[in-house]
Amino acid sequence: MPDQPLSPQNASPVERAVMGGLGAGMIAVSLRRPGPAGLMFAATGALLLAGASMGRSVGARMVGIRRTPDDGIAVEKAVTIGLPPEDLYAFWRNFGNLPRFMNHLESVKVQSDGTRSHWVAKAPAGTHVQWDAEITEDQPGRRIAWRSVEGTPVPNEGHVDFRAAPTGRGTEVHVSLKYRPPGGSMGAAVARMLGEEPGVQIAEDLRRLKRLLEVGEEPTTEGQSSGRRNALKKAEAKMFDNGRTA
Amino acid sequence: MKAVVWEGINRVKVERVPDPEILQPTDAIVRVTATAICGSDLHLLDGYVPSMAHGDILGHEFMGEVVEVGSAVRKIKKGDRVIVPFPISCGKCWYCQRGQTSLCDNSNPNAKLAEALWGYSPAGIYGYSHITGGYAGGQAQFARTVFADDNLYKVPDGLTDDQVLFLTDVLPTGYMAAENCNIEQGDVVAVFGCGPVGQFAIRSAFLLGAGRVIAIDRFPERLDLARGAGAETINYEEEEVFERLKAMTGGRGPDSVMDAVGLEAHGTGVGGMADAVKQTTRVLETERPHALRSAIMACRKGGTVSVPGVYGGLGDKIPLGAFMNKGLTLKTGQTHVHRYLDVLTRHIERGEIDPTVIITHRLSLDEAPHAYKIFKHKHEHCIKCVLDPWADPKDHDPVKAGDIRANSAD
Ligand SMILES: [Zn+2]
Ligand SMILES: [Zn+2]
Repeated sequence: MPDQPLSPQNASPVERAVMGGLGAGMIAVSLRRPGPAGLMFAATGALLLAGASMGRSVGARMVGIRRTPDDGIAVEKAVTIGLPPEDLYAFWRNFGNLPRFMNHLESVKVQSDGTRSHWVAKAPAGTHVQWDAEITEDQPGRRIAWRSVEGTPVPNEGHVDFRAAPTGRGTEVHVSLKYRPPGGSMGAAVARMLGEEPGVQIAEDLRRLKRLLEVGEEPTTEGQSSGRRNALKKAEAKMFDNGRTA
Repeated sequence: MKAVVWEGINRVKVERVPDPEILQPTDAIVRVTATAICGSDLHLLDGYVPSMAHGDILGHEFMGEVVEVGSAVRKIKKGDRVIVPFPISCGKCWYCQRGQTSLCDNSNPNAKLAEALWGYSPAGIYGYSHITGGYAGGQAQFARTVFADDNLYKVPDGLTDDQVLFLTDVLPTGYMAAENCNIEQGDVVAVFGCGPVGQFAIRSAFLLGAGRVIAIDRFPERLDLARGAGAETINYEEEEVFERLKAMTGGRGPDSVMDAVGLEAHGTGVGGMADAVKQTTRVLETERPHALRSAIMACRKGGTVSVPGVYGGLGDKIPLGAFMNKGLTLKTGQTHVHRYLDVLTRHIERGEIDPTVIITHRLSLDEAPHAYKIFKHKHEHCIKCVLDPWADPKDHDPVKAGDIRANSAD
């Protein structure tokens, strides 16, 4: 069962209007074009129109965007790490550790009161996003929850649970996050395609956390020798080797 | 240094590339003294395993001498003579700690890519496409190895390169395939494919208690080698395999059957042709699972099908009806090489298994393109090629099938 209530509709009203218009347009075009091309237009148009009427965005569905009833985007990811819950809690609760495995974070500084923190994250095209967050729940060894304070550009809230995994496997780390990106789920879908969407980031962050704590380092092939000389061939390999970028 | 490089479907070349360097504190650099071409390299050569990129250095069966270690390497020292198991173990995750090292959670830098194709990511593998990490391989003069303390295996003194090289892959792979058959004393075991893995599977099945082993192939030299290990043989171009297996086992079928062929099986008839056509698209079907189909059909009721053969993507028309209604068990997996090294080394030292029997060709690294060709097409009765990265091809006398045994005696 998901940790948060989810809406069956994953498209925003604006998105529905755009999809509906596009779908109707494509069907209109298809009527004037016989043959396979026309058929393609008709089918795609019908798909978009159906999506619009049901409030389900095809694009968002394809990239797995999930919306909450109050128009946020929900992300849930989990990983199992071979350490006891207390250790994982302690590591995470020291927020200064977060940028060690969350690549998009530049820094997290806990303020003197102990519950407020200042977050600086890298955003697309070399820009930065900053916000303040407050801890809303703190159960040692089990759970940490936080929420961004008023006036944040990308309002977000979330929690992380540490649950003992069965048969000595360590700890299940469950992260649940809700955020409101500028541009609604369409914005999130585009961002996700570019590899900047939090769902993708968090999955990779959790993998990095596991590797950091279990092994002490992440494996890499960056800088190894190969028979690639020109930039095109290098880019081809880079396309596959994306585990560390994003 | 010189290295064997993948340059596209059916194109390998020997090129000058930069020497490898220590990139992480747990790395070690190995000066490669012997390397081999594996059957699964052919799937890479032919482009059936996705995510190969131009310029990738091939090779996952290699050994040599450690010439440099990273600052965090403790157990492995400069000067150690080591083999390099093909799957990379982090040594710390749940799988590695249980000896299932080919399922390591942490050693594949491109885990995301593997998860997209297979659901979850297995271990990283040297020289074996970018899905399994994009690590540079060992068909080269030097190789960077990672997590050195957990992976490199020190070779006991007194054993030659030829004797231990195949501990990196094909020997433990054949052994694990036999172990996966759940052999009970006296069982009848059938092995589809008598290439290097099949040869070691046959020998391992006997070591593990099989009463009879039936080996199936079409190349006389491979069948000869199988008979040399005590197997009975079927040439599938001359006989109908299923009927023959039934006749040889009193109508019961073999207790367990191995598919030591994998995704480029030489299928016969209409089905085989359909596979071949679909596979060339690399989309409709990425495999030619003819041997797997045959193994499932031939296995006795309640028996075990063991699959050491490599598969990459999607195969059509697997006989699930036969699989389910006969109550078969299917066991698969890339080899957990590390877990078998001690036991197999002892078998080698005691002379109970002789890994050198499969070597038919010894060539210089420069001759790798030729080696790939004869190995792929089984020209010159080729069963296994060993490459010497330091031999000068000019004064190198390539050893041919037949005179190899005489040469390896000294
Ligand atoms: Zn192999
Ligand atoms: Zn591991």
